[in-house]
Amino acid sequence: MIVANIAVSETPLVLYTLRRADDALVLGHRLSEWCGHAPMMEEDMALANMGLDLLGQARELYSYAAKVEGRDNDEDKFAYLRDVRQYRNLLLLEQPNGDFARTMVRQFFYATFADLYWRAMMRSTDATLAAIAAKSEKESAYHVRHTSEWIVRLGDGTEESHARAQAAIDELWAFTGEMFAVDDSERGLIDAGIAIDPAPLRSQWLKTITGVVSEATLALPKNDWMQQGGRSGRHSEHLGHLLSELQSMPRTFPGATW
Amino acid sequence: MVAAVINDTDLRRRAWEAASQVVDPEIPVLTIADLGVLREVEVHDGRVEVAITPTYSGCPAMNMIALEIELALERAGIARPKVRTVLSPAWTTDWMSEDGRNKLRAYGIAPPQASNSRRALFGEQQVACPQCGSQNTELLSEFGSTSCKALWRCKACREPFDYFKCH
Repeated sequence: MIVANIAVSETPLVLYTLRRADDALVLGHRLSEWCGHAPMMEEDMALANMGLDLLGQARELYSYAAKVEGRDNDEDKFAYLRDVRQYRNLLLLEQPNGDFARTMVRQFFYATFADLYWRAMMRSTDATLAAIAAKSEKESAYHVRHTSEWIVRLGDGTEESHARAQAAIDELWAFTGEMFAVDDSERGLIDAGIAIDPAPLRSQWLKTITGVVSEATLALPKNDWMQQGGRSGRHSEHLGHLLSELQSMPRTFPGATW
Repeated sequence: MVAAVINDTDLRRRAWEAASQVVDPEIPVLTIADLGVLREVEVHDGRVEVAITPTYSGCPAMNMIALEIELALERAGIARPKVRTVLSPAWTTDWMSEDGRNKLRAYGIAPPQASNSRRALFGEQQVACPQCGSQNTELLSEFGSTSCKALWRCKACREPFDYFKCH
């Protein structure tokens, strides 16, 4: 049985909200893949907890996108009935978990950005976005603290953990530029005070990242070439595999409830 | 008209009383009023509407709490109550009642520190052991058995314990 994808009217505000929702869902799903597999019990719980925070943020954002769009869509349809090209998340967040160091570096890069971003968004002229941001900001603060500690522990740990953390930084670095990119669709919302301009956040982000990375005796790559595409639906091969698992139930048994 | 207003006030009071008895499914010594999750009770055209706020965005207890509120109100003879979720202002542990903090401690969970400011969040934490009261404690894991708790250990009595995080 083929379950059709939904159509989405991507007005600037719907698209903007969906992009943030997709970020949270995709990264939250990646973290859920660790459940039962983390190197120790405490970390298994920590990863699941962070994933749960992200899932909660995604639900709020999808529900708001559905309300703004004003069609027949809802949070479940956005999550389960869009294919790869309709997803708008950052490429960084769909990258596979790899080893524990890679998961931590990915989380550290994103959480540090998200924490600054949500804090700025608390001043959005859009009351719902400001409220979601105020909630998410408190959660991301813990994610930053937790992942920073792990980066230091891994980088300044054994030869093995240092090498793995450095390899993760080198591999993921090219995906960090996309967090600070803005297209025309978002520019209008930024001018209206609804969306947040990420560009001015980059210096603070870099300062925090550099501080932690050097404390961890690690180094940031010199190469500044950045990969983009996720925001317009051009993804790496990994997202399709992620979605096939995420969506298998509702695609196989449409409308199933329990 | 005056009678209607009095009826609404009475209905609101009864509804608040019933709703405020609902306990958190994961920390059953605390009511949702102790936690500050119960925000307000309103009456619109004779129908009761209860507003709750999530502790964490992804808190899985929220659906359960909403259901428990509906049941509690129905039991109190209030028909067709409605429960809605509000996000703003964002929930903070500062709203936890003093009574709630004492109940948590007696239950073996260290209550959140007084201020949720970012300094409190990131500064040096001193969490007293809820069993023996010693300040000689250490953090085992930032994330505990639920989103709102961290795992600590007392170095004096050696007991591990949950700490309700500042938020």
